[in-house]
Amino acid sequence: MDSVMVRAENLVKSFGHNTVLKDISVEVKRGEVMCLIGPSGSGKSTFLRCINHLEVLSGGRLYVDGDLIGYREKNGKLFELKASEAAAQRRDIGMVFQRFNLFPHMTALENVIEAPLRVKKQPKAQAIARGKELLDRVGLADKFDSYPAHLSGGQQQRVAIARALAMDPKLMLFDEPTSALDPELVGEVLDVMKHLAQSGMTMIVVTHEMGFAREVADSLVFMDDGYVVEAGNPEDVLTKPQHERTKAFLSKVL
Amino acid sequence: MTSSQARSAAEETLSPNGSSPEVIKAVKLRHPWRNIFAALVILIAVLFIIDAAGRPAYDWASVGKYVFDPRVIGAAFNTLQLTIYSMVIAVILGIILAVMRLSPNPVLKSVSWVYLWIFRGTPVYVQLVFWGLIAVIYQNISIGIPFLQPWFTIQTTVALNAFTLAIIGLALNEAAYMAEIVRAGILSVDKGQIEASTALGMSWSQSMSRVIIPQSMRIIIPPTGNEVISMLKTTSLVTAVPYTFDLYTRTRDIAVETFNPIPLLIVASIWYLAFTSIMMIGQFYLERRFARGTGFEQVRKTKRRIADKVNNHG
Repeated sequence: MDSVMVRAENLVKSFGHNTVLKDISVEVKRGEVMCLIGPSGSGKSTFLRCINHLEVLSGGRLYVDGDLIGYREKNGKLFELKASEAAAQRRDIGMVFQRFNLFPHMTALENVIEAPLRVKKQPKAQAIARGKELLDRVGLADKFDSYPAHLSGGQQQRVAIARALAMDPKLMLFDEPTSALDPELVGEVLDVMKHLAQSGMTMIVVTHEMGFAREVADSLVFMDDGYVVEAGNPEDVLTKPQHERTKAFLSKVL
Repeated sequence: MTSSQARSAAEETLSPNGSSPEVIKAVKLRHPWRNIFAALVILIAVLFIIDAAGRPAYDWASVGKYVFDPRVIGAAFNTLQLTIYSMVIAVILGIILAVMRLSPNPVLKSVSWVYLWIFRGTPVYVQLVFWGLIAVIYQNISIGIPFLQPWFTIQTTVALNAFTLAIIGLALNEAAYMAEIVRAGILSVDKGQIEASTALGMSWSQSMSRVIIPQSMRIIIPPTGNEVISMLKTTSLVTAVPYTFDLYTRTRDIAVETFNPIPLLIVASIWYLAFTSIMMIGQFYLERRFARGTGFEQVRKTKRRIADKVNNHG
């Protein structure tokens, strides 16, 4: 089995004349946690959204678990994937959003079992059992029947994590998962993520939580203006940044 | 903190540790002008009713005689059927048209646009006349492969009676308006919802049917209730087809026989009002059903609970 889960090769992403990702090449190994930091507008979220093809790349190649994302390559030519094939790729990649994006008309449990039922066609009893187990794991065993509007932000984000895990993804993407939370609720979400990392999940986390990055991440990538400025061991990047831009950014956030 | 928690927190401040803070007791602000206006309105209404009761032109005896006349009841039932059938078709077709319009497929988009352009751009009365003349334009309906011998042919006048044509005419016109209502509802749903469902591996049609459309219902239902009530009254135009057994046309025909139109207008109005009143009640319950999970469904209950607590303390 290839030890590399995500390989990005010279990624470019433009929105019209605005090039957001200019040349991104990174690798995430299986079971590794990579944290992405950088000023807003540096392209972190866009990069994350390219990994599960929510955004279509303008250039470069992106592989998840050896599969080229979004295309099929044949005789040096790229063919766009069918919508169903793209959906099949996304199925194995969990995503957690800054604004939770829970389905407000469904209870916590219904949110979690929706995709296993509809996409994976799991039997209902099995999906419910697994859903309850996952909600229990994120500390919400007493909230199965609560609607998102009646949950705190931290609880909602934990439901969102359980919802993503219900599809048994091989990779989890977190797009600033704690940025929309009240400060006292950040910890409970980070705890869940920490446990997930310890369980061996491959994770890419866009975050402003330097403490989390230092403690949990295996690698830290600092992005600015569409480029990877600096990457490496979190401790090294945070304490001994090599580049001026990294230094300038860290001096503002640490 | 969510708004519902904020509300329950506000309730709890009424009794921290069992000792409640003093409840304000103030002299209520008086509204003398409201009372004067209310008295005036009641006075005018009473005078109008007393006058109307004795006015011979209203002919209340005839109103009483015809309001439950079997012909009128039958016509009222026909009107209700026209309304329900055409609205059901219009809602389904409207959802399909709206989804087509918003789909990534440019062909479906264009077809939906052209449909709207035609059916919203011409008066419903004109469309109903057209449907009435369909048998003149197309004498036969054939099913089969074009340019080959059809499998099946039927005379248009046999296949489609006036009642069916009236429903088709009303439904196809209404679908254009429903499509716009549904489209507005779909567009009102946060973009993050389709992203979340896409990220979970759901297809576009799964996302639409399971995530987006149920949420858009809260926006779609109130104007749809309007459309149902409007449709109930638009059915009075089916005389253009011509279909003559709806409530308005039937009462008018009776009035022609009796030379006494006013009481029959009142009879028709009573039935229309009765139906719209029932529809308004139904709409209330539908709105409540689709407010699930939005936080709006709790407001009434919580308000009452706070009011109860305040009253208990006073």
